[in-house]
Amino acid sequence: MEFFDLFREDRWPHMFCPGCGIGTVMNCFHRAFSEMNMDQDKTVFVSGIGCASRIIGYIRADSIHTTHGRALAVATGIKLANPDLNVIVFSGDGDIGAIGGNHFINAARRNVDISVFCINNYIYGMTGGQASTTTPYKSFSTTTPYGSKEYPFDLAEVAVASGANYVARWTIRNVKELTSSMTKAMQKKGFSFVEIASPCPTSFGRRNRMADPTQMFEWLKIIAVRKEKSQAWGLDQLDLNIEGRITIGEFIERNRSPYGLIA
Amino acid sequence: MRLPPGSYFMQGNEACVEGALWAGLTFYAGYPITPSTEIAEGLAMRMPEEGGTFLQMEDEIASISAIIGASWAGAKAMTATSGPGFSLMQESIGYAAMTETPIVIVDVMRGGPSTGLPTMVGQGDVMQAKYGSHGDYPVIALSPSSVQDMFDLTIRAFNLSERYRVPTMVLSDAEIGHMRGKFIVPRTLEIVNRRIRTDRVWHDGFAYDETLVPKMPIFGKGSRVHVTGLSHDIAGYPTSNVEVHEELVRRLQEKVERHSDDICSLVAHRPGSRRMLVSYGSPSFAAWEAMMQSEDVGLVDLKTLWPFPSKLLAQAISGSSDVIMIELNLGQMFREVQRVACDEGCRKVRLFSKVGGEVPRPAEIIGFLKEGG
Ligand SMILES: Cc1ncc(C[n+]2csc(CCOP(=O)(O)OP(=O)(O)O)c2C)c(N)n1
Ligand code: SF4
Repeated sequence: MEFFDLFREDRWPHMFCPGCGIGTVMNCFHRAFSEMNMDQDKTVFVSGIGCASRIIGYIRADSIHTTHGRALAVATGIKLANPDLNVIVFSGDGDIGAIGGNHFINAARRNVDISVFCINNYIYGMTGGQASTTTPYKSFSTTTPYGSKEYPFDLAEVAVASGANYVARWTIRNVKELTSSMTKAMQKKGFSFVEIASPCPTSFGRRNRMADPTQMFEWLKIIAVRKEKSQAWGLDQLDLNIEGRITIGEFIERNRSPYGLIA
Repeated sequence: MRLPPGSYFMQGNEACVEGALWAGLTFYAGYPITPSTEIAEGLAMRMPEEGGTFLQMEDEIASISAIIGASWAGAKAMTATSGPGFSLMQESIGYAAMTETPIVIVDVMRGGPSTGLPTMVGQGDVMQAKYGSHGDYPVIALSPSSVQDMFDLTIRAFNLSERYRVPTMVLSDAEIGHMRGKFIVPRTLEIVNRRIRTDRVWHDGFAYDETLVPKMPIFGKGSRVHVTGLSHDIAGYPTSNVEVHEELVRRLQEKVERHSDDICSLVAHRPGSRRMLVSYGSPSFAAWEAMMQSEDVGLVDLKTLWPFPSKLLAQAISGSSDVIMIELNLGQMFREVQRVACDEGCRKVRLFSKVGGEVPRPAEIIGFLKEGG
């Protein structure tokens, strides 16, 4: 499948900043989707509000850009009204972890058969860099000018605890693993969640001495530790801070009955 | 099985359930709240029997979001709630209006503000129904004042929402929802389905004809439509072009105004009497009693609240010199009635108001009538 078989050429150029990680996510998704031979006419893309959520407006398929935080609730309605559809959600960390947090844990609990790709840039990108529920402890944003005093959510861990059938986290540096996790997420019956740590040089990097995208790229390399090597996995993953670490890898793969298929 | 034609004795909320199923409801999502809960409970039983989907969501925002998604997937979709939940739904009501998503919202009103009087009647949501979300946007709101109305107007709400692609509300109240009474399921009922399209909609997903209502592409049929709450052109693509924005917002409004003759209805008893009572919902019972016990008094029972049935009301009160609005709030629809009455040259327009908790008694209304001469 050519790039512009999947994306809307008439909407190019896209709105994302130079150095933004969203482009890489779109490329990985293009590869995963092409390889799966999924019916584009039977696939619906859903998002909330934010930079990450704008991806779906560029995809040449039925797509619905909903209100801030509500993508998972709308996706649940679509999937349960017509279970023949493949439902894929693109969303940001604020969308899923803050304003849509209740829908996040409940969609995972309900285990509706949808695939969620959450681009975690640790900040509210679209609105110019306010703190998010994933903003690392002590790091700077327009609403944490003295450094964030709050501990961040670990979205992947929340998804595991809430009952998702497949959960993985990668950074946009892990192109191969990310692509393969996207494929697995789409194949998996039930709720699947892939968190993608992604650079936002414009709104996050600039305020945290990483205005240059290559610095953010370096940062992602330093903070990401594979599950096999990580001491945090299974212990305490909540100490993600600017010097801290995040664990990457696949965290759960199980086969709880998706919603509606309980015998 | 749908309730067969015949005569039944049921609660208002139960009649709403049966009406919704008659209208073709295939997807319900809701969050329990008094005094609307019997609608959710009834549908939890009935939907699986009818092959539909019943879903209890985590809150009212999720509920209305889910029915919006279901509607785009082709379902006839509904939620039911009361004041606090209705408040939570407001952002998405504007979204449904902007994206022209047919949905039905039943609000069984209770006494407000805030948690207010959870089990008791009120009519404080009627302005919120029209103006609760930000921006200018169209809605349709119907007001049942009997168990029969709960059945009939629920069906009508689906029909209007499907025909015009506008979020449509049934603004019931605790008395009407919980009242038991007789209603009739007629042999034939008009059921309207939205006009859909199944072609690829590259650049005209929101193109409209003289009805101003675009045919709706349904997800999964190959249309590849993009839907957004951002201001959008007829392709459905986001734009910040102010002319396109202006055209869109004006068309959405005009879509309802142009069809107001089809949408608006009221019941007028003894129209043109010297004194005219105007009411909607549960106060209409006492108003009717008061009228029956008085000389030269008529009654208008509003069935459509939004768009406001100005033309019909003007006809019904034409020649009257004393118009009395009765409602269970501090005077929300009163302003609308006052405007129409003043335009008709009626100098005396009065408000009989109770803030909720109980319906007025006929004697109170008669007393009020006398006070004003
Ligand atoms: C109800 C509501 N509140 C606030 C906003 C403003 N807003 C738009 S996007 C956004 C944050 C987006 O952050 P995130 O979800 O992390 O996405 P990103 O832009 O970083 O990809 C906010 C607060 C809104 N659109 N709606
Ligand atoms: S603000 Fe950040 S997330 Fe948004 S497009 Fe720019 S770099 Fe990407």
